[in-house]
Formats: sequence, C-alpha cells, structure tokens
Amino acid sequence: MRAAHRWYIGKAVLSVSTPTIGVLALQGDVREHLVALAAADALARPVRRPEELAEIDGLVIPGGESTTMSKLAVIFGLLEPLRERIRAGMPVYGTCAGMIMLADKLLDGREDQETLGGIDMIVRRNAFGRQNESFEAAIEMAGIEGAPVEGVFIRAPWVESTGADTEVLATYDGHTVAVRQGNVLATSFHPELTGDHRVHALFVAMVRERAAAGSR
Amino acid sequence: MSTPTTQAPETGTARVKRGMAEQLKGGVIMDVVTPEQAKIAEDAGAVAVMALERVPADIRKDGGVARMSDPDMIEGIINAVSIPVMAKSRIGHFVEAQVLQSLGVDYIDESEVLTPADEVNHSDKWAFTTPFVCGATNLGEALRRIAEGAAMIRSKGEAGTGNVVEAVRHLRQIKNEIARLRGYDNHELYAAAKELRAPYELVKEVAELGKLPVVLFSAGGVATPADAALMRQLGAEGVFVGSGIFKSGDPAKRAAAIVKATTFYDDPKIIADASRNLGEAMVGINCDTLPEAERYANRGW
Repeated sequence: MRAAHRWYIGKAVLSVSTPTIGVLALQGDVREHLVALAAADALARPVRRPEELAEIDGLVIPGGESTTMSKLAVIFGLLEPLRERIRAGMPVYGTCAGMIMLADKLLDGREDQETLGGIDMIVRRNAFGRQNESFEAAIEMAGIEGAPVEGVFIRAPWVESTGADTEVLATYDGHTVAVRQGNVLATSFHPELTGDHRVHALFVAMVRERAAAGSR
Repeated sequence: MSTPTTQAPETGTARVKRGMAEQLKGGVIMDVVTPEQAKIAEDAGAVAVMALERVPADIRKDGGVARMSDPDMIEGIINAVSIPVMAKSRIGHFVEAQVLQSLGVDYIDESEVLTPADEVNHSDKWAFTTPFVCGATNLGEALRRIAEGAAMIRSKGEAGTGNVVEAVRHLRQIKNEIARLRGYDNHELYAAAKELRAPYELVKEVAELGKLPVVLFSAGGVATPADAALMRQLGAEGVFVGSGIFKSGDPAKRAAAIVKATTFYDDPKIIADASRNLGEAMVGINCDTLPEAERYANRGW
C-alpha cells in the first residue's frame, strides 16, 4: 500500500513493550483511534486486508456505520480471519459500531447483518435513539481511576443482556454501556472523541499483558 | 463499580454534532427519492442516505423553485432504513430546517441544490439540536459556514451534472488554502482572516490543525468508483453521490462499487474490479457549457 506511510502514527523509538495495535479501517472514525492509541503508547496502524492482521497484537474496531462495516468485512474476506484471531485470544476493543460488531447477538440490526462476535451479549442497535437524542454524560467506568469518563453517545447502542462470563464495566440510566469478556472490551460511547485516553490506555495494557503471557 | 447515578444528558453539543460526521468518514452518502431506493442504498453499504423529492439532475431538468421535500416522503425513508437519514433545507430557510429537525432527520443539508430562500443570510445552525452539513467552494466559505454552526463541510461541486471537475476544483482550493495557512506566522494570520472573510479564531485553528475543525466530504458530480476514489485521494474524508447512482443503468451494482472504491481509494486493482460491467453511467453535462445562472455552486457565499 503506497500511501501507508502517511498513516503510521506512533513512537519513533520502539521498545519491546510497545505493542502494535490495528484499527479496522473499512469505515468510521479511524484517525481518532490511531491518535488515541499513539497517545497511550502503542504503535497504531490502520488495517483493511486479511494479510495485515498478521502484523498486529490487538485490534480496535472504530465507531462508524455497523451495516457498512459488516458488509465490507464480508466482501473483503475479513470476517473469518478476524473471528479466528478473536477466538485465539487477540485483544479487541470496539466503540459504538465496534461494540455492535463484537456482539454475539443483535437486536434491531439488519437481518443479514453479520457480526464478529466475541462477547456473550445481546446488543440493541441505535438503542438511545436518533441523532437528536445523541448526548454527552459523565460515566463511572470500572478499571478507570479518577474522574468519570466523558461519555459521548452518538446514535448509540446499549447492551440488552450479558452472559455469565461478561463483566459489566459501566451503566447509564440503567443500561449497560461498557463490558469486558476476557480479552474483548466494548463501549457504547466514544472515548476517541474526547482527548481523554484512559480507556485506550486500559486496552493497551490488556494487549501488553496478553503479549507478555504469550512470550512466557 | 460505585452506585450508578444518572446525570442529565447533554444533547446537541458541538462534540455530538461533529462527532456524528466523524462516524460517517470513509463512507458514501447517497441521494434517494423513495423508500425502495433507500433500501438499495443501505444494501449497497451506504453510511447514510439523503432523502429528497428529486435528484439534482431532475431539479436541473424540471426548473422552477426547488424546496424541502414532503414530510411524508422523508418519514417513509426514515422508516425504511436503519442507517442515518439526511434531508435538505433551502439556504437561509430556517423554518424548513425546524421542520426537518422535528421529523427527526439525523443531519440537515443547507443546500445550494435547492433554490435559496435568503440571498444574504444562511441559517443560524447553532440554534438547532440536529447537526448541519453545508457546501463550500473555498476555505473562507467553509469557515463562514462553520462559524454559523455547520458541523460538517462538503465541496459544492456542480450537482446533477455527473461531472466531477467542479468538485475537484473546490476540494483542491480548500486543501491549498489550508496548506498555505500552515506556512503563515502569527502576524500573517490576522490578514489571512481578513482575506478569507472568516473569524480569526477559526483561521488560527485551521493553521494549527492543518485541517478543518470538522469533517470534509466531497459532493457534486461524483458518478463512478474512480471519481469517488479521486476525491478521497485529493483529501475528501468521504463522498456524497447524488444523481450518479439512481440515474445510472444498474443502481444497486454501481452503489456497491462506489462503496468499495471509497474504502480502497488507494488500491487501483480494487477500483478496477469495482468498475467492471457497471452498465451506463449517468449522461453528464459539460460544466463549461453550463450558463452562469444554472450553476448551483454560485448560490451561497
């Protein structure tokens, strides 16, 4: 990919503990995630092709339009390779549309809408309403020290129900908006739009832990 | 986790409005005139649809005053698809915009494709919860719209022509002016703001960011997968396709092809594959034979 060099955002000096984290770049707010990951001390790069998955230790699925992302993932042969990596334990973090992609089951999705799965949960698409209902609110999130996270919810989904192994990390107005199961993390909201990189730092730590466990 | 407390949600913030456009990046927004077309667009992978009564090519052909679409028609499209729905108001017609907001559209396009309602003022877009996208032919125009509250900018191009030449001109103009600002020192930015006829604070912000503070799409004349990829390689973060899809021979196929080329805009092999056997493209109009009065890009200021 000739234009790739323009996209690399990260530390000039690499150490062994700097993980490489891909951002699924089919569609959505890819750039904001690349910036947030770099700020959280990861080497971040966009990935759009199956062969690019080999180079990454973890993956972020950005916000965007989940129906578009899902369709492109099918057409360009990413669905199965991604499912394979997730099953094998690669850490993944999804925001908004990314959360939808990581749901084992969907409500209000398109009938033919494929997800990657990875978290035992049922997610309702556009659950908080249309754009006029999109909102900001302070969110207390387990695992994030200090002040609440600024939650930016845009035509956001919520988690309708979770399986026994899925940990609820945050709720808003009685609805689950952040979850983790094993190495897979998902939020209804968009930390990448806020300039507060603590949630990305949490994810980078998950990727580091996984890499350390793998090399032992 | 501490006891959950529910804080009052804040709607309609600049971050929520601009953030919505960030979610559309890398995608294609398609003009549709019926719920059936909206479904075809969604099936093809559109990130949003623009609901309108007539595509720009037909507005050109029919002449007369072009206005906001019938609310029934917009609601029909909102109910048909799960992706965001945009709709157009006339420039300065803030009551049409109020109506569109009340219908629950996700974005309002204050558009030069419709007949302007005010020849001096655009709508005050800060007054709305629904975000706005506006057209621009150059950086000053883009910044004036952002000052009025636009949360997304698109090149104007020349809608309904199937000719990408004006969209290229406008996007290059905006990118060149941004690049020039990058080289200015603090003293020069005041004069630049005066020349651009734009607020100094926004000019300074653009000089620092090296980009607009909102998402920049391309619109006006995109008709083929290669057109869409061209606009992205020139720096557009996504594309609007108006008449280009449903005025072509095989809309479903062309729509899906343009979506693919927009994501893999820098991969000529994928663009080539997407361009095969698409059937007839829309006929197209040569912009240099278009009379001044019929140029939509001249509307707005």
